[in-house]
Amino acid sequence: MASIDTGGGDSGKKGPGVKKAKKLSTRVDMTPMVDLGFLLITFFIFTATMSTPKAMNLLMPKDVNDPKKQNEAKESGALTIMLGKGDMIYYYFGQLKVDAGENNFKQTTFKGIRQIIIDKRKDVMSRYTPDADDSRCKDMQETAKKKGDPDWQNACLDKDFVVIIKPDPDSNYKNMVDILDEMTINQVKTYAIVQILPQEYDLIKATEQSSGIK
Amino acid sequence: MASVKIQKKSTDTDMTPFVDIAFLILTFFIMATKFKPQEPVEAQIPSSVSSEELPENDAVMVLIDSTNRVFFSVLSEKDKTVPDQIITKVNELRSLNLTPAEIQNFRKTTAVGVPFSKLGALLDTDPMEQNAGAGQPGIPVLDSTDNQLQTWIRAAKEVYAGMGKGLKYLVKGDGAAKYPTIEAVISAFKKNDQMKFNLVTSLETAPPGSALDLLNRRLPVTDAK
Repeated sequence: MASIDTGGGDSGKKGPGVKKAKKLSTRVDMTPMVDLGFLLITFFIFTATMSTPKAMNLLMPKDVNDPKKQNEAKESGALTIMLGKGDMIYYYFGQLKVDAGENNFKQTTFKGIRQIIIDKRKDVMSRYTPDADDSRCKDMQETAKKKGDPDWQNACLDKDFVVIIKPDPDSNYKNMVDILDEMTINQVKTYAIVQILPQEYDLIKATEQSSGIK
Repeated sequence: MASVKIQKKSTDTDMTPFVDIAFLILTFFIMATKFKPQEPVEAQIPSSVSSEELPENDAVMVLIDSTNRVFFSVLSEKDKTVPDQIITKVNELRSLNLTPAEIQNFRKTTAVGVPFSKLGALLDTDPMEQNAGAGQPGIPVLDSTDNQLQTWIRAAKEVYAGMGKGLKYLVKGDGAAKYPTIEAVISAFKKNDQMKFNLVTSLETAPPGSALDLLNRRLPVTDAK
């Protein structure tokens, strides 16, 4: 220890003329050492990479040019989400309709999209009708069971729910990751990143212009 | 009146336990710190709820910075011959005529962000100086007829297939990178029949009450049909 008591035990009698050695304190001033210690601690705290980056899986579908082999999404269960400039989201259910009478092209933000996904999923689940061939349904239940989902029996209720993600050329990487993350958060089982159609992009650009999004 | 004598106490405190603790914490931080691997450019990675660990070995990383430049790097700490094999493969595929010295230099290069026409020049420079990513224009990907990243991925894929090992593909992008570049990077993977890859993200917690949160806590969704 730094401060060892050296006093006491000086019982040996010395003869006359023997000079008593001056006792020096062995107490060391620890303050600079503490200073240095904390300086180093601060340095290591700052440089420490506590939050190590994580990996997010992304599985892309193979490009199929033959339309017959392409997966078809049921119109009633499809939600198309388009990502635009300035963190804006545009979406429509089923087929895009932009006639004067019927317009289902809507605009929202990343905050609002979650509720839309949840509502649409519930809507699809409420209209669930079992298929004649239930092998796909069994697979979905099996996957859910493996994940430890207590609701695994209901796993195939949303089998027709498909989210189609179309990032436009003005959107950024963060938007894409955020929307993929939203799929994980809401446990959307079927989703795909698809190239945006020119018609949709034009519509987004027109909306952006009229609402002044830069 | 007798005055009360106040005993003078020393203000000197014993610093020893304090020092003990300080150095204990210091030791912990020294042990726990892992220095960030050197990267050519800084990328502000987006966050996601994914909690999968990032592979550190047997992986190739495609880095996209905020100005849409694309970099390619090989993560192989254990086996230093892997980068040599990959660059040799690239050399063959593109008939670049790189010199053996240039090929040797590749393993010290943290990331490549130049078109093939300038690869020789990059590998001629000292690795200590080329690390400044600022001077590199990025691998050209946007031209769909000459997506050069495709060659890099093909080379890596063939080398790892030759060794019989699995290879992980990482995409680390800056949140501000524009989508066309990301799409071009994805298409470079797709053209190599590589449909599965990982996006590097930082961790964020699942929003409470969401479907994922309920699944993680093994709670049933109460209001579902």
